[in-house]
Amino acid sequence: MNEIVDLSMLDWSRGQFALTAFYHWLFVPLTLGITFILAIMETIYYKTGDPEWKKITRFWMKVFGINFAIGVATGIILEFQFGTNWSYYSWFVGDIFGAPLAIEGIMAFFMESTFIAVMFFGWDKVSKRFHLVSTWLTAIGANLSALWILVANAWMQNPVGMQFNPDTARNEMVNFWDVFLSPMAINKFLHTISSGFVLAGIFIIGISAWFLLKKREVPFAKKSILVAAIFGFISSLFLVTTGDGSARLVAQNQPMKLAAMEGLYQGKNGAGLVAFGIFSPTHTDPANDQLHEFLFKIEIPNALSYMIHLDANAFVPGVKDLLNGNEKEGMLTAADKISRGKMAIETLRNYKNALTEGRKEEALQMRDKFMSKDFQANYFKYFGYGFIKNSNELIPGIQLVFYSFHMMVILGSWFLIFFILSIYLIVNDDITKRRLFLKIAILTVPLVYLAQMAGWTVAEMGRQPWVVQDLLPTVAAVSNINAGAVMVTFWLFALIFTLLLIAEIKIMTKQIKIGPNEGGH
Amino acid sequence: MFEQLSHLTLQHYWWAIISLLAALLVFLLFVQGGQSLIYEIAKNRNERTMIMNALGRKWEFTFTTLVTFGGAFFASFPLFYSTSFGGAYWAWMALLFCFIIQAVSYEYRSKPKNFLGQKTFDAFLFANGLLGPILIGVVVGTFFNGAEFSVSNLNASTWQNQARGLEAVLNINNVALGLAVFFLARILALLYFMNSIEHKILFDRSKKLLVYNTIPFLIFFLVFVIRLVLKDGYAYNPETMVVSMEPFKYFMNLVQMPVVLILFLAGVLAVLWGIISSVLKDQTRGIWWAGGGTILVVFSLMLIAGYNNTCYYPSNYNLQSSLNIVNSSSSKFTLQTMSYVSLAVPFVLAYIWYAWRAINTKKITEGEMTGKTEGHIY
Ligand code: HDD
Ligand code: HEM
Ligand code: HEM
Repeated sequence: MNEIVDLSMLDWSRGQFALTAFYHWLFVPLTLGITFILAIMETIYYKTGDPEWKKITRFWMKVFGINFAIGVATGIILEFQFGTNWSYYSWFVGDIFGAPLAIEGIMAFFMESTFIAVMFFGWDKVSKRFHLVSTWLTAIGANLSALWILVANAWMQNPVGMQFNPDTARNEMVNFWDVFLSPMAINKFLHTISSGFVLAGIFIIGISAWFLLKKREVPFAKKSILVAAIFGFISSLFLVTTGDGSARLVAQNQPMKLAAMEGLYQGKNGAGLVAFGIFSPTHTDPANDQLHEFLFKIEIPNALSYMIHLDANAFVPGVKDLLNGNEKEGMLTAADKISRGKMAIETLRNYKNALTEGRKEEALQMRDKFMSKDFQANYFKYFGYGFIKNSNELIPGIQLVFYSFHMMVILGSWFLIFFILSIYLIVNDDITKRRLFLKIAILTVPLVYLAQMAGWTVAEMGRQPWVVQDLLPTVAAVSNINAGAVMVTFWLFALIFTLLLIAEIKIMTKQIKIGPNEGGH
Repeated sequence: MFEQLSHLTLQHYWWAIISLLAALLVFLLFVQGGQSLIYEIAKNRNERTMIMNALGRKWEFTFTTLVTFGGAFFASFPLFYSTSFGGAYWAWMALLFCFIIQAVSYEYRSKPKNFLGQKTFDAFLFANGLLGPILIGVVVGTFFNGAEFSVSNLNASTWQNQARGLEAVLNINNVALGLAVFFLARILALLYFMNSIEHKILFDRSKKLLVYNTIPFLIFFLVFVIRLVLKDGYAYNPETMVVSMEPFKYFMNLVQMPVVLILFLAGVLAVLWGIISSVLKDQTRGIWWAGGGTILVVFSLMLIAGYNNTCYYPSNYNLQSSLNIVNSSSSKFTLQTMSYVSLAVPFVLAYIWYAWRAINTKKITEGEMTGKTEGHIY
């Protein structure tokens, strides 16, 4: 909790976190999905004994190995960055947030790294059966890594299962299951891993399509497409359903994020869903330059209310209701929340100072007040608002969040269609002749990466200014460092990650060109 | 079952786990030690390939242990995480950079079209091997020698100098520990090569280098240990939590916790026996002695840093800001919950052992590296 924060330092720290997170996320989703596809392919090999399937498995495994190494390199930076750049955050929530990270290390990372070794080095050393089990365990291990970090992330979006302790000045866990099994955590986990499955499916179809266009490795490519398309199709259904669940949970826990996702300024009953829209360059509210009218939009009437409350006439709050309050719906104004938050921080400070100065009696009174039910529900609940200087800071970047969200949804619908087409063409038709489709398949690969990035942009930019929803804004979470230091590390990370990314793309394309018949290495 | 334990007991339990992870990490730094030797020990392409593959099959463990060490420290003693990481920014960042470049290098070094070229990736591995152990040693040195930070009554911490952790290298004790860890890592690597590679020339060369690396190791280790037992330590009074300097604190910790003293001495002897037996008797099991000994030594050093009312992260700026296992830990509930997870550790160790045995029964040979094989070669 810093007294004075250098804002450019805050921006560099945010930028650095975003940079490393995006780099990490360039590699992780492929791992999540391709490991399961490998396991399925190897299972077919195990059952049929057909060496063609072994060749297929081994080719995709090599591709996976190239991707995996760099995912690991970026992950370690994220973990340590909580401490280096978000030091007060690490204390404020470490009691809850640290636990999933530790569990992830003990339970998931070791599992993944042990069995990955058997998978790579064990082909002619262990039995076929043990090898197959190892491949499955690698997939499970990878997805368990995702589970624990996403539990942690979900908790930041919707802090539950904890109680603030004024003596230590931090949140402490009181119920592990509330944290672990919160609907936000479960939904986030399912949506995110299925997004990785979809990405892996498209990745494999895209590369196989390239082989078909080159008229190389035809049986190999067709078999790969078949597995990837069925796997991807099932995952896509799951992805769209859980995406819908995500939106509903966002509406409940982070109404401001939802308003930004939908570009909804004025709340209303029977709110419509904007299927697509473009903002005009001029802003509509002189007091707030974030609010731009739509130049053009396609709206489905009442759909938003229905989607969120399963009631076509229900009320959905907009940005303005969240700032200016809405008496009819019983919503406080932002100014009111800010003053309640200030009150909570004041009380905590006074309590600690009374303690330090030895005013025991007074301290005890203050503590009782702080811990009372009424104070917790009406003041502490808005603790984070006490750090906000101007209520406009409470609005996230609306356009970015809106466009990202819509891009994700539109692409999600395309992927579903894409998988259906792939299955149809491979089963009922001669896919090798559909050259246009094969070209589209290659183009869909970058699109699925784009959808991934868009998803995280919605989740992480949409929750601004909060690190922990309503309790801790970024200004209060950041470490006490100078902007120059973070700027230097930002550029160093940018440089090194970019070099490594180029290396990985070159190696990957080379390995793909070599194809499944050469040892490669 | 963990519900019955007091908060203080859980704090001790978790410090022991952190210490164990640190001990395993230092042992596994043999991968780094080996990387620092690549230019000395391998004289041609084949030899280098064998060395790289011997190390490349293990690097993930060191890395994952480092990650788990960080995660477990965060979860059990979050005030350390926020104080040291946010404060000693440059020291930790330097450490991170030298681990990023390691993670990709094995996989990419010998692949065609790898953009930076094999020489660069090998240089990355060398840099990681050189700097990784030294930096880890220097940072752990600050557990005994202190750092410059303050912690407010709301537990927000501030670093009090602009060097941001780099100042740690100005302290002889820290540097001695860093260099001791570095040479130890090389010793372990050489013993590991002798154990896992079937190659006469590499075996003999390892043996020779073993002698050359043992001498500086002993010098730096002795400098560190002698200064440690002679120096004042940072003690706190468990009733009032007031911190004060106590003469010969670390020496007293060893005397007052005789079990730790025994572990420490046994560890030192085991390391020495591992080295001596390998040099004199040409045996290949030295890695197990020296590795086991390393674990015992580091484990006991970590225990005297944190147990017996000692502050494991002392502040030289404001003595009363010093961190100890009581004032920096997670809540009782969190420690208790995670203790259940810690029960999985033996299980994890068991499957790691099982899986490794399954693929490591045969030694690495020249034939395996060059001939047609189904395996994955770096
Ligand atoms: C292939 C990528 C992909 C695709 C096609 C979709 N998503 Fe998604 N989405 C993600 C990849 C993703 C993600 C990267 O996995 C995110 C980022 C954070 C998270 O929890 O998952 C995400 C987040 C995310 C969030 C924000 C959750 C939060 O803030 O906590 C919502 C509301 C949706 N998604 C909704 C949808 C809907 C309705 C889709 C309809 C088709 C959809 N997503 C398709
Ligand atoms: C599940 C794991 C994740 C956790 C716990 C997490 C947590 C955080 C934290 C603590 C910050 C810094 C504070 C802030 O600026 O608000 C942050 C920022 C950010 N993260 Fe995440 N993140 C996760 C995953 C990701 C991924 C995978 C991506 C991208 C692909 C991502 C994108 C971002 C972006 C863009 C920011 C900067 C937002 C801003 O400050 O403007 N995050 N995240
Ligand atoms: C900001 C939050 C995050 C942190 C701190 C983090 C941390 C890490 C670390 C330290 C590693 C390396 C592990 C090793 O040594 O093997 C890693 C790898 C991995 N992480 Fe993350 N991670 C974050 C976000 C995510 C998210 C959101 C997911 C998935 C949903 C994820 C899934 C994985 C997977 C599958 C790996 C395995 C390596 C790979 O193939 O990329 N991580 N992460």
